[in-house]
Amino acid sequence: MTTPLHRYKIVQWIDYRLPIFSWSHEHLVVYPAPRNLNYWWNFGSLAGIMLVLQIVTGVILAMHFTAHVDYAFDSTEHIMRNVEWGWMMRYLHANGASMFFVVVYIHIFRGFYYGSYKSPREILWWMGVLILFLMMGSSFMGYVLPWGQMSFWAATVITNLVSAIPWIGETLVTWLWGGFSVDNPTLNRFYSLHYLLPFLLVGVVFLHLWALHHRKSNNPLGIDIKSSKDTIPFSPYYTVKDMVGLGVMLFVLAIFVFYLPNYLGETINYIKADPLVTPPHIVPEWYFLPYYAILRAVPDKLGGVIAMVASIAILFVLPWLDTCKVRSARFRPIYKQFFWIFLADCLVLGWVGANPPEGSFILIGRICTVYYFAHFLIILPLLGKFERTRPLPESIHQAVLAKKGGDDAGSGSPGETNAAGNP
Amino acid sequence: MRARLFAMATALGLMFAGAGFTQVAHASGDAAELPDHEWKHTGMFGTFDRAELHRGFQVFQEVCASCHSLEFIAFRNLVEIGYSEEQIKAIAAEYEVEDGPDAEGDMFMRPARSYDYFPDPFANPQAARASNGGALPPDLSLMVKARDGGVDYLYALLTGYEEEAPEGFELVEGMSYNHYFRGNQIAMPEPLYEEAVEYADGTEPTLEQLAHDVSVFLAWAAEPEMEFRKKTGLKVLIFIAIFTALIYIIKRRIWARLH
Repeated sequence: MTTPLHRYKIVQWIDYRLPIFSWSHEHLVVYPAPRNLNYWWNFGSLAGIMLVLQIVTGVILAMHFTAHVDYAFDSTEHIMRNVEWGWMMRYLHANGASMFFVVVYIHIFRGFYYGSYKSPREILWWMGVLILFLMMGSSFMGYVLPWGQMSFWAATVITNLVSAIPWIGETLVTWLWGGFSVDNPTLNRFYSLHYLLPFLLVGVVFLHLWALHHRKSNNPLGIDIKSSKDTIPFSPYYTVKDMVGLGVMLFVLAIFVFYLPNYLGETINYIKADPLVTPPHIVPEWYFLPYYAILRAVPDKLGGVIAMVASIAILFVLPWLDTCKVRSARFRPIYKQFFWIFLADCLVLGWVGANPPEGSFILIGRICTVYYFAHFLIILPLLGKFERTRPLPESIHQAVLAKKGGDDAGSGSPGETNAAGNP
Repeated sequence: MRARLFAMATALGLMFAGAGFTQVAHASGDAAELPDHEWKHTGMFGTFDRAELHRGFQVFQEVCASCHSLEFIAFRNLVEIGYSEEQIKAIAAEYEVEDGPDAEGDMFMRPARSYDYFPDPFANPQAARASNGGALPPDLSLMVKARDGGVDYLYALLTGYEEEAPEGFELVEGMSYNHYFRGNQIAMPEPLYEEAVEYADGTEPTLEQLAHDVSVFLAWAAEPEMEFRKKTGLKVLIFIAIFTALIYIIKRRIWARLH
């Protein structure tokens, strides 16, 4: 592929040997994207940017952090107090993790709403689920590193879940800890893995994007791209649209970093880890609360662990549980209602997870857990059978132009629009 | 489009706020609700009052420091609250720190210098417990960040002592009754009382004044970067807002080509 830069000899020379210029041109500039993507489609690239931000701030923090039970807490404070801009790096990294999850959760629910997981995007979806698993592992281990009270006790509670595995559970936990309790070897290996996992994430993100660019983006109508009239080049249209979203996201992130840096944190994590003092409430970070509620909803330890893992693993088979051929909820009047109920269910689970497992929280948690699984295992298969979907538009560009014509009446026939967007 | 953008911003904001809201659920224990207290350093534009900081430092030195350490604060950090280098040298010189080993291999005591950290009042936690009826006085450098309620909690705790426990409350020997401490039973005896300190600047040392000043000082000790952080944040927010507005205008112009 010849790119505008090919007028330079040096570019031609390099590109002939390693086609980075034509490759970037193909995937970042002329890549044909559906012309009707709305702002909810920003969140994929925003997630990618958050991953980069986490890696950059993390690498800088690692230069000043000491992974040892006697120094981890102190070196974190050293970063906060003595390292130039250290407080900003740490607050960006800590709040960045939350922002990463916010963005990814919105990205996932966008996928739910518009049926982005359906054929031919199942493997693309699998890579996404794998990314979520890796993110969870990475953020959990990162939270342990500053070695505050909640770091230590969250590590103890979560690693202890492995002991629920029959026969080998106890041995496995000892192996994970590298000793008989959460201690220096645990901290060290968590540090090592916390540095490793983000780079594995980058690899899976690459596969995610490869699959995406091979089968192209889904869109709010959920219908396939049929001709070049349905698409516009990624640049400048979506680069600039993604940048609008980037600005909004950075604004929200900056409010937290500069004005509410510890709003999402736990106060007791500013107390040094003490294996002899158990905190009255051990709660995970907010982004784990729904899973935590599911874990506690099952009265049996092993059962709880299985339910918790299954709550995410079930996403792997979602493309086959939702048998409806129509992707977008816009044309699925009943699924649309259930989408919002499911979203509410997840939020309630999060609220239950933040509260101690007593009184009515137990019952609410159990009902919501049952509903969570029923959504996937009962409601979606039944909807595929019985729901009457609305008629789909002929093509993306017809739908877009019809809407435009309706919006600004009298602006003349829009039929002559150059759909490719290129002169 | 604009509606969607707004929806997106709201979604981001709400998710964040909601995430924090869930955490408040367990913030209150069995202790009394914290009273409202006016601070100059809270809020988006709040800054530390230098006079309050200086008085608070005096309270810390004369009262708190006899039992509590301040391990993350060095004498040199006092520059940030308005002491001159000369003053800091003089303050440091009032303290003795262990140094060494010297040429003979012996440890020795010397007056502290600006780069030294505030010395621990006790040699080790065991010694601290032995002198305090078995309780360990916690380090104060992060106290304001390490308790739910933050600086409000600290102020409430310092002013929340009761000489006699209420009727029917079983107070263990050597403990004190406090309205705001979890379980209402605290090992620290009432540390502040009227005229506990004679202020160098002549301010009347009421209990409320002492508690207020030392709380402000400890808020600074926990977040010495706070003023700079907020000032930087304002610039960052203004920059991002203008950047986003411009990008949005550009986006509209570019997309107009399609219609």
